Amino acid sequence: MSCWDTLLQYGLRAVGIGENLLPKTDFTLCQHVVLIGSGLIWNIYFGVLALIFGFFLANALALAKASANPLLRKPAEWFIFVFRGSPLFIQFFLFYETFVLLPRTGIEIPLGFTTITLATSWLTKAWAGALIVLFLNTSAYTGEIFYGALRSVPKGDLEAADAYGMHGWRKFRRVIWPTMMRLAWPAYTNEAIFMFHATTLVYFSGFPAFSQMGDSLYYATYFASKTFNPFIAYPVIAAYFICLTMLVIFSYGLVNTYLNRHLPQNMRTKIRLRPQVIR
Amino acid sequence: MFQYCAEPKTLEGLIWLSCYLTNEKHQLLYGSLGTVLLLMAIVAPVAMLFGFGGAVAARSHLLPVRLFGKGYTSMVRGIPDIIFFMFVPIALDQLFELIRHKIKCPDWTDAIWQGSDFVVCAEAKLPLSTSPQYVHEIYGFSLAVLAFSIVFGAFAANVLYGAMQAVPRAQLETAEAYGMTRRQAFRRVLVPQMWVFALPGLSNLWMILIKATPLLFLLGVEDIVYWAKELGGSKTSQFAYPHPDWRLFYFMALLVYYLSMTRLSEIVLGRLSQRLSRGQATFAGEQQRKAAR
Repeated sequence: MSCWDTLLQYGLRAVGIGENLLPKTDFTLCQHVVLIGSGLIWNIYFGVLALIFGFFLANALALAKASANPLLRKPAEWFIFVFRGSPLFIQFFLFYETFVLLPRTGIEIPLGFTTITLATSWLTKAWAGALIVLFLNTSAYTGEIFYGALRSVPKGDLEAADAYGMHGWRKFRRVIWPTMMRLAWPAYTNEAIFMFHATTLVYFSGFPAFSQMGDSLYYATYFASKTFNPFIAYPVIAAYFICLTMLVIFSYGLVNTYLNRHLPQNMRTKIRLRPQVIR
Repeated sequence: MFQYCAEPKTLEGLIWLSCYLTNEKHQLLYGSLGTVLLLMAIVAPVAMLFGFGGAVAARSHLLPVRLFGKGYTSMVRGIPDIIFFMFVPIALDQLFELIRHKIKCPDWTDAIWQGSDFVVCAEAKLPLSTSPQYVHEIYGFSLAVLAFSIVFGAFAANVLYGAMQAVPRAQLETAEAYGMTRRQAFRRVLVPQMWVFALPGLSNLWMILIKATPLLFLLGVEDIVYWAKELGGSKTSQFAYPHPDWRLFYFMALLVYYLSMTRLSEIVLGRLSQRLSRGQATFAGEQQRKAAR
């Protein structure tokens, strides 16, 4: 059987399309590469969606944490503290157990004239439940990064905005927010990389992989446990992740260039491969 | 543990709870909190050592050594740490067994990888199949410690390399002007000055280490996550202390445990950073100087 056949057979196995039965014996390198690559679909799905949704919540959290009103500030501080202070692994377990305890038939909300049934069973599935956990987690980390950036917006910028008669929303949109993004971007790139790395935890922590549809690490451990040879499966997934990391650095680098476009060449910050702070 | 706990079925309320929370299984759970602390206590210094070695290698003048150092420091940037946690224990286990196999059974002719099996002679097994259970557990734990040390060593190497680069160039030039050799300048000027630059990264790393400890569960060590799952699952009336599914509460307790650990570390590290900044030519040091005046 050629490698092309394997690709047709297992290329979309992780999302349930194609041959259902996983290979049991005589594993080829091609099967390793194809199946682990198909699992990567989940890693990209979790990473991209969590980062997109997380970006908006993180902005809200950063502003709330910097707010003078304790009704906004305190919840934001606690949210960030809880999600940054505890292991993601425990968060996965905790949320999974919570979702499992929800009534399977759904929650009924009486509205007087009629009752709405809120379906809850989808929350125990990884595609939704794990995405919610990753979304909340990355929001907290990114929110802290944005908060730090917001606090380091130069005083001169704010005074200049005042001098132009800007205030309120206009001042925020035109002066504060762009500078905040520019300052936060290198650290945010770092967070995005670690977010993609964190997606490998999903299928090892509470959330089960239904009918063997898992992420890339799920298939890598499947191969390693079947062949008892870790020296093929893990290097393959490692290579995939190096490519993914490069892609993240490249695409965040493009945004970084855009954010820094008004600065002279020698003052632009570059996204570096070697950050001072890891996460 | 207590005298009145002899007949748990007859107890009620708080007394039942006090007996429940002190039974043998729970004592194992409390013991596993110690396992986590032990892991951190071993990994932190070993990883620092690996990290220091990695950072020095990445600055080396010899190309192969430098390439090794650079590869080691940047590997954790591209590859998720969980992959290392899955890979390193199996790989090391096979490596050790292979070496022992070559030494102890030189006249063994069968292939070692037989299809989906890894077969070495019985004398080369690690640990020996005759050894007691605790030896197996210690061996598993040591492999986990080694995996953690390698990964966190790479993180630390990243931080220490950055700190070495951050020491002002003029300091080293002054050392050269005094006629110090490269080695002397490294030991007397660079290393003492780099810590203040390394501290933010290292304290961050400590936080990551705390938050990575539940991954021990993935490596098959009976840690707190294992016990929380084990004890929290619903228990029928066949057990001494029957209860419904309480895993949620157990994981809540773990969450609180980790939150207090990270909070405590944050406070201690904040104090340490204040202390180290004293008299340094940095922003924080300057602030302290102005405040004291």
